[in-house]
Amino acid sequence: MNERLDVQKTYKLFIGGAFPRSESGRTFAVHAPDGSLIANVASASRKDLRDAVVAARSAQTGWAARTAYNRGQILYRVAEVMEGRRTQFVEELCRCGVKAATAELEVDRAIDRWVWYAGWCDKFHHIAGTVNSVAGPYFNFTTPEPTGVVGILAPEKPGLLGLVSRLAPALVSGNTAVVLTGEASPLTAVSMAEVVATSDVPGGVVNILTGATHELLPWLLGHRDVNAVDLTGAPDLEASVVAEAADNVKRLIRGEPDDQSPYVIADFCEMKTVWHPIGR
Amino acid sequence: MADAIEPAGVKFNLEYAPALESTSIVKIDAEYGLFIGGKFVEPKSGETFATVSPSTEETLARISSASAADVDRAVKAARKAQTEIWGPMSGRDRAKYLFRIARQLQERAREFAVLETIDGGKPIRESRDVDVPLAAAHFFYHAGWADKLEYAFPDRRIAPKGVVGQIIPWNFPLLMLAWKVAPALATGNTVVLKPAETTSLTALLFAQLLQDIDLPPGVVNIVTGAGATGSALVEHKDVDKLAFTGSTSVGKQIQRSAAARGVPLTLELGGKAAHIVFEDAALDQAVEGVINGIYFNQGHVCCAGSRLLVQESIAESFVDRLKNRLATVRVGNPLDKNTDVGAINSAEQLGRITELVAAGVAEGAELYQPECSLPDRGYWFRPTIFTNVQQSHRIAREEIFGPVLSVLTFRTPEEAVAKANDTQYGLSAGIWTEKGSKILWMANELDAGVVWANTFNQFDAASPFGGYKESGFGREGGLQGLAPYVSLSSPKRGSR
Repeated sequence: MNERLDVQKTYKLFIGGAFPRSESGRTFAVHAPDGSLIANVASASRKDLRDAVVAARSAQTGWAARTAYNRGQILYRVAEVMEGRRTQFVEELCRCGVKAATAELEVDRAIDRWVWYAGWCDKFHHIAGTVNSVAGPYFNFTTPEPTGVVGILAPEKPGLLGLVSRLAPALVSGNTAVVLTGEASPLTAVSMAEVVATSDVPGGVVNILTGATHELLPWLLGHRDVNAVDLTGAPDLEASVVAEAADNVKRLIRGEPDDQSPYVIADFCEMKTVWHPIGR
Repeated sequence: MADAIEPAGVKFNLEYAPALESTSIVKIDAEYGLFIGGKFVEPKSGETFATVSPSTEETLARISSASAADVDRAVKAARKAQTEIWGPMSGRDRAKYLFRIARQLQERAREFAVLETIDGGKPIRESRDVDVPLAAAHFFYHAGWADKLEYAFPDRRIAPKGVVGQIIPWNFPLLMLAWKVAPALATGNTVVLKPAETTSLTALLFAQLLQDIDLPPGVVNIVTGAGATGSALVEHKDVDKLAFTGSTSVGKQIQRSAAARGVPLTLELGGKAAHIVFEDAALDQAVEGVINGIYFNQGHVCCAGSRLLVQESIAESFVDRLKNRLATVRVGNPLDKNTDVGAINSAEQLGRITELVAAGVAEGAELYQPECSLPDRGYWFRPTIFTNVQQSHRIAREEIFGPVLSVLTFRTPEEAVAKANDTQYGLSAGIWTEKGSKILWMANELDAGVVWANTFNQFDAASPFGGYKESGFGREGGLQGLAPYVSLSSPKRGSR
């Protein structure tokens, strides 16, 4: 009788820095490999998606206006807080059937990936930007800027590392994100949201929606206030759905689920070129 | 001419004696085939269409219309050349071919310039001093990249996309060809290119040039025709990458098709650039910049400065200066070396400009056009300035693609930014002020891929060009312009 009854967690959405349930009231059940119920996770609706886009748009200018040094410290802070919760992430992966050694490796790599990208915030301009030698008396340079609000379809596998591998590079340059994590790895996705929420990342910069991707995707791709969508997590899509992206000439990004590279940062950027005459 | 002082009571005659460029350097064939597999071939459809000079309405030649079957033939030739010759070729040798192209363009520059002006209606001064030299420069610039790609993309495995389909517009026919073909070839791709139907002649002369320099057959294929030819190229199942420059509405159709099938795409679409003049600008220079920004190439420029945002305190006097300057702009025969504004490219485009200008008047904007005589034949439009323009007017929102300037005013830099960014487009912007910190702040705030400060309409092979928002994606020129033509993947890594 002395054994303590544990407190179970409610897995909710992450929108604008808060953790609401889905306005639709819907959830989906997540089971352990033995069939026992782990949680009823919130299943996001079209309205939740739109709320998330509004939150992301409201936060975008401010996030991009932070100094690169400041963004770098905040992303590093995410790694610090995640490190403190390392055991929790490993446990959550294990509860869903991942072997302990594999889970530990995935969590370690996810934390290290935040650290790696944190360090790029004030350096990737060196790599992606250029000073251009034009044939005339002009100073001419090209510099990367964030695309704006980006939608990210998190890869199903590896669930946690895939989410971090696509989200972190999008944040480096000053984008804000609406992430659809699907139904495959909701526990670590929500815990990732909790880490972000306690790491000085301003509300709305990261929004994470669990639930049926195939249901939400058409609204994301058709949303006129979303500038880019990362389709890396969704290799097979219905053609007509993807075509909707053309309505506002959205940038469609396709990368690798477990890549870490400054080229991925650049995939989430626009390139701006500025000219000015040189003279006396 | 020595400095002249105007004697009292004598008016200078501002009429210039005609200075016509000779057309004897150009030989136009009666009929042109399609350029496929290194040869000019007859279209399977047997169909041809007439291409006319917009400044005389004379038929210049008959051009072949490529059907889906012809496009298929071109894609097959490109595939064979890519797999067997151009893909496996060393970067060093690809570079040498591109250098040959650049040199031939320089050597035959006058011929290309005169033909471009006859076919498209743009002033010879522009085709001679801008279009053709820049086209040669693009080939020269990209030639040097062909054997240095590992420095452009360190830590990546680099492969060509394969066969690329490219569709170009009628406003800078040869130059747009160069922007498309040069980076594609430098990175090991082969090309099927569709020129605009009203301006195919310099592309076909370029095909003859490729024969002269012994470019391997099939590396560049040119399929002429109208929208149906373009659709056949976009829909073709064996094209690995598409690139399009043209209107936003057609660009969206192409993106729908390409996105649905996962075909990589770059788009360079329309614009409605804000040209922002502050009260502390060097006003004489700003006047020249604004005039050049909208009347260059008859305003047939996607990055044209078609919206003038002028600070309220100087608005009235600045518009007066513009009107004075406009009085000296010469409209007429594009082959005359004195001409500033040539012929509108086609009857269709003239119709679109006329319709939008009528909408501007109907919505309450104030129209100004200088007195100037226009030739009897051909397609012409007077340089136009609209004042009293509201943000909601069609002439402030829609791309006119003609010599029409819409003038709006602002009070603060913040208001200028808000108005400049209040558009679906994001291709270019202009800033005129003598205050450096304001230039850099504005350049940061403006949603535009190219920002010209105290200058406008500058282009260079080393300078990336392309838009934000619905002006498209991807860049052309510079290091950033190479990326769309290569497939990059992460190299095999150990533990990392």
